[in-house]
Amino acid sequence: MHPAPSVIVFTTLSGLGFGLLAFLGLGMPDVTGGVAFLFFALGYALAVGGLLAATFHLGNKKNATKAFSQWRTSWLSREGVASVAALLVMAPFAIGRIFLGVDLTALGWIGALLSLGTVFTTSMIYAQLTTVPRWNMRWTPVLFLTHALAGGALLAGQITAAAILLAVLGLILILSWRQGDAQFDESGASLETATGLGSIGTVRQLEPPHSGQNYLLKEMAYQVGRKHSAKLRAIALGLGVVLPVLCLTVLPFSHMIALVAVLSHIAGVAAGRWLFFAEAKHVVSLYYGR
Amino acid sequence: MTALPETTEKKLGLVIDLDTCVGCHACVVNCKEWNTSNYGEPLSDMDAYGAEPEGTFLNRVHSYEVTPASGCAQTVHFPKSCLHCEDAPCVTVCPTGASYKRVEDGIVLVNENDCMGCGLCAWACPYGARELDSLAGIMKKCTLCVDRIYNENLPEEDREPACVRTCPAGARHFGDLGDPDSDVSQLVAERGGMDLMPEMGTKPVNKYLPPREKDTLLADMALAPTSEEPKGFLKWLDKALEAL
Repeated sequence: MHPAPSVIVFTTLSGLGFGLLAFLGLGMPDVTGGVAFLFFALGYALAVGGLLAATFHLGNKKNATKAFSQWRTSWLSREGVASVAALLVMAPFAIGRIFLGVDLTALGWIGALLSLGTVFTTSMIYAQLTTVPRWNMRWTPVLFLTHALAGGALLAGQITAAAILLAVLGLILILSWRQGDAQFDESGASLETATGLGSIGTVRQLEPPHSGQNYLLKEMAYQVGRKHSAKLRAIALGLGVVLPVLCLTVLPFSHMIALVAVLSHIAGVAAGRWLFFAEAKHVVSLYYGR
Repeated sequence: MTALPETTEKKLGLVIDLDTCVGCHACVVNCKEWNTSNYGEPLSDMDAYGAEPEGTFLNRVHSYEVTPASGCAQTVHFPKSCLHCEDAPCVTVCPTGASYKRVEDGIVLVNENDCMGCGLCAWACPYGARELDSLAGIMKKCTLCVDRIYNENLPEEDREPACVRTCPAGARHFGDLGDPDSDVSQLVAERGGMDLMPEMGTKPVNKYLPPREKDTLLADMALAPTSEEPKGFLKWLDKALEAL
């Protein structure tokens, strides 16, 4: 799949943002006033910034508001609804914390739940696609939620929780890569089933239907990522998990080191997310002999 | 709502005969011509006269080589367009309600006034039947020529999809696959019509007829000579000339 920068930025940043908002909703860290303002501003900036980035790849942006209408069937629509609900519910909670010094606990819990719910709906946009076997597994929502929780804990300054969640994230990354590698074969799709000609013999492409590019090839037959897979996995794991965990556990705490941990984590997540798209093979690529 | 209908009154679709298709791409051209000049946004071309031309098409013809375990390989030309699936995943993923499947005839369509061009429906389709037009920014797909098949301004013989109307080999058939007595259903039953990628669970309406088994020529299958000995004057002339 084509790793569109807008979608990588969106899933990386909004995942972090909603993860942070979830922790803030649970009162972790227990802050009010100016410090609370900074935390909530960061959470909202990441979540909203990510959502805005996602609209960049739309072909026809003027219809974007219609995306809230089909929540009964569409995970993308549910994501839109959930994200707006999370941001709206968190707003009075944030105002209470920042300006009034009050803790609207129940509202915070609901906001935290909606924030994580938004991340879940994002993950289901990918996990629902039987056409992309690498994504079409239970690990996908687990992976997205763990990303949000680990990144959120890190941004919220929850050192112990962040260290544990990052370690869990590392484990889940490895497990999801392993299962992901087996998914395409397990789907049973091949050029033989795609053409229905398998009962006669083995099939290979003789001539493509067009000599030039097209939308399908650009969007769904992207192949660059696969050959760098091992290196990118090492980068994703090293920067996203190992370095931040070392910063949190081995080195003495300082804001500088925390910043290094956060930036390293974001770079690692972005690399992993790039691979998440680039490495995923869509069944339509079979028709093109790829 | 982008929920799929429980059932549709008809299941209009295509039956494509892989035995007969000669790979001429006439269906591709006529599809583009009809659909760029009629319903909805045109099917744009980019860099049409340049080094890397490309464009939006609703129907494309692949060519494959099939090699059996023993014997000769064969070439199969393979036209591919929307299969108007009963369980169309492209419809349910649509966030704006632009994609829908019609209750009256099962045709899967895009309401272009609602499409935001997110491309998720194209991701959900296993068959590559949907292409986002890069100029219009909205999703294009086969409409089964919905603006031809019911169009009373056209002569009756033209009220079928442009690809079917133009096929010089008769490799494309159009009809109601929900009616077991229809010509297309009979054809599917007779020739063992098949689904593409059944493991994707999409239940395609369009069916493909596999290539017929190749004949093997046996010694006694050769025809006896049919030329006859000349008679009368010609027989005499033949003999006379022979004797010279």
